[in-house]
Amino acid sequence: MELQLGLPLFYFLLLGFAILMYVLLDGFDLGMGILYPWFNTDAEHDHLMRSISHVWDGNETWLVFGGVILFGAFPLAYASIASLLYLPIMLMLIGLIFRGVAFEYRFKSHTSKVWWNRAFAAGSSLAAFCQGLMLGVIVQGVDGSSLTQSSLQWLTPFSLFTALAVMAGYALLACTYLTMKSRGAIQQKAARYGQRLLIFVMLAMLLVSLWTLYQQPDIRSRWFGGVYSLALMVLPLLAVLAARLLFRDLARVQRQFGAEQAINNRHESRPFWLSASLFLLAFAGLVVGLYPYLLPQQLSFYAAAAPDSSLGFMLPGVMIFLPLILAYTLWGYHIFRGKIEDYEEGY
Amino acid sequence: MELDAALLSRLQFAFTISFHIIFPSITIGLATLIAIWEGLWLKTANPVYLQLAKFWIKPFAITFGMGVVSGIVLSYEFGTNFSEFSRITGAVLGPLMAYEVLTAFFLEAGFLGIMLFGWQRVGPKLHFLSTVVVAVGTWISAFWIIAANSWMQTPAGHRIVDGIFQVDSWWQVIFNPSMPYRFSHMLLAAFITATFVVLATSAWQLRHSEHKAMARKGLSMTLWLALLLTPLQAFVGDLHGLNVKQHQPVKLAAMEGIWPEREAGVPLLLFAVPDKVAEKNHFELAIPKLASLILTHDADGELAGLKSVPAADRPNVPVVFFSFRVMVGIGVLMILVALFGAYLRWCGTLYHSRWFLTFCSYLAPSGIIAVLAGWYVVEVGRQPWIVYGLLRTVDVVTPLPAERVLFSLTLFVLTYSLLFGVYLYFMRKLIRKGPPPLEQLHQQLIGVKASGYAVALAKQLTPAQEQK
Repeated sequence: MELQLGLPLFYFLLLGFAILMYVLLDGFDLGMGILYPWFNTDAEHDHLMRSISHVWDGNETWLVFGGVILFGAFPLAYASIASLLYLPIMLMLIGLIFRGVAFEYRFKSHTSKVWWNRAFAAGSSLAAFCQGLMLGVIVQGVDGSSLTQSSLQWLTPFSLFTALAVMAGYALLACTYLTMKSRGAIQQKAARYGQRLLIFVMLAMLLVSLWTLYQQPDIRSRWFGGVYSLALMVLPLLAVLAARLLFRDLARVQRQFGAEQAINNRHESRPFWLSASLFLLAFAGLVVGLYPYLLPQQLSFYAAAAPDSSLGFMLPGVMIFLPLILAYTLWGYHIFRGKIEDYEEGY
Repeated sequence: MELDAALLSRLQFAFTISFHIIFPSITIGLATLIAIWEGLWLKTANPVYLQLAKFWIKPFAITFGMGVVSGIVLSYEFGTNFSEFSRITGAVLGPLMAYEVLTAFFLEAGFLGIMLFGWQRVGPKLHFLSTVVVAVGTWISAFWIIAANSWMQTPAGHRIVDGIFQVDSWWQVIFNPSMPYRFSHMLLAAFITATFVVLATSAWQLRHSEHKAMARKGLSMTLWLALLLTPLQAFVGDLHGLNVKQHQPVKLAAMEGIWPEREAGVPLLLFAVPDKVAEKNHFELAIPKLASLILTHDADGELAGLKSVPAADRPNVPVVFFSFRVMVGIGVLMILVALFGAYLRWCGTLYHSRWFLTFCSYLAPSGIIAVLAGWYVVEVGRQPWIVYGLLRTVDVVTPLPAERVLFSLTLFVLTYSLLFGVYLYFMRKLIRKGPPPLEQLHQQLIGVKASGYAVALAKQLTPAQEQK
């Protein structure tokens, strides 16, 4: 049994990795658009856009990667999930289109700049909102009898709540990214908003967890009944610790600025890694509840898996190219390291 | 009128993919041209090459951006609108697309940031390398997607187990019978498309802008390219046609407007109006026996016609027939322009022939129109099959409520129409603005962080300026 599950399990983990990478990378990227309306001047908007204009394309590629891994490794799941979530996916795509082209056109426009600002903010928010809706569906589960495509079951109070939570989470990632990549007033603003968003995100995570435990006995027994339940308690504990440290770091950045001290470099960059680890922990918690399903209680990853001839064919590609991708992506970030103010060049 | 969800899904896919293909057709060739210019600049230190690269990088960037955002849509539309197709063919097509993302998309995206924004952050050689990597990435991407599409045209290397496609030989799946022809045909088409965009712009600049040196270089290079590529494309297209005859005879019959079950000495129809109901053509204008001669290398050779299969197994003949003529017509026009350009160059009047330059400047969209027409021949000609001979399109559409597809289709039509207008507006704006003057390029390139770059540039600019 173990051996038979080997390849599908590998792709299940790979899919998880792709989604996590996407959420972290496009998270701060989409979050920039969500934060956009809270920054007012043209200079601030320039700054926000420039902080991600060289990486947004690569970040979004993880979304395509997740999609094709689902398509190639779990065709059945790709077919049912994509058609079930038809409208949120379509709206997300429209959002991504508008915010994506805004990068190219905004810097080349004069009179229409205000429209590209709107397109960027609204498109990013819409895309994040739709992703939150989809998360809500996956967490709350779908009714087996209504797997017909005409259902609108992705639209519930719960999924609306997770949609807002995901928006807040992305905005938090963006705040901590800005804290790392900016100086002065923008950094202060980002740190301040980051603190508020952090409180909301933690409350949302708590509510979603409690709701899930209350509604879904299977997940409850997995967290509290199983042999691993003690080990699992590490996840929420770590999350609380990370959140506490994050809150303090953000406070410190503001205090040091207020006292006109040099801001400790560590306190500038650590918030980003802490907020990323919050996402990682939340994601781990999600997987604990969901495993081994791709669609809760409906479709497990091994039932949806493509034949070994296909999984095996992709394996060398993943093994060779994924490390390369990670290497040159990292190198790309390294090339553009430091504060945004230090690289003002265009093309 | 009853709304048909299947038809709407197909319309939506046709619309979104038609919109998408415009942009990669340009960027595949343009990335290659920019890489060539940057390489020539590094090699010869002639600043005109740098000016060309820096001028075209902006249109390239917005075109690439449009391609990215419209491409993401497609990677999800298989599942949203053709869920049965995804389920049945996922094990074959999914891995091909996974390889496309792994070997091409990440590569392009990863190095695009450096190509666009890294002028001051990395040295000239590393920057050139990034440009080359982006260009090569676009070719690799074309390779995989053409492999996937070709498999749908001429499926091979698979077996069907419980109604699901499984792969026996990946080599046969990837290098299926039509793949090599279709890959070379599309790659050439993309190079030619970009060549004519640059050719048209250079011709316009030669008449209307003050950057004559750059415009001359651009026009001269692209005319040489056109002279090389367009006849080659005609040759590859002919081979591709023979391949279609062998593997998709019904598609060929639709392209040539052949109705009888079998016909010997088939004429080449220059014009006709195919009639699906009467199963014949009206208003034929034909060259006798030429189609047989081209396709069978024998003036009296036999070709299969549309009536060799039931009406339900035929594609929409007029669409295929006319699209084919549009594509071939533009191809012939391009060859003539390339030849005439060569003649004018020989006469020494190329840069002064006002009417030729004016005519050339109207050719900017010619490649794109030909690419679209060619794809309509290929894709409409494959119908009613989605996997040729094995799986029908109507059987694999997601059973969505029609209103929902109508809603998304409307959204796409509105969004894309708006964005296409915006794209044209900004292309026009960038072309009118012209390249940055050489002095400014000089200053812009001297970055704080890349002193090596500044030194290299100074070294290279000095001899070039002394030559003047």
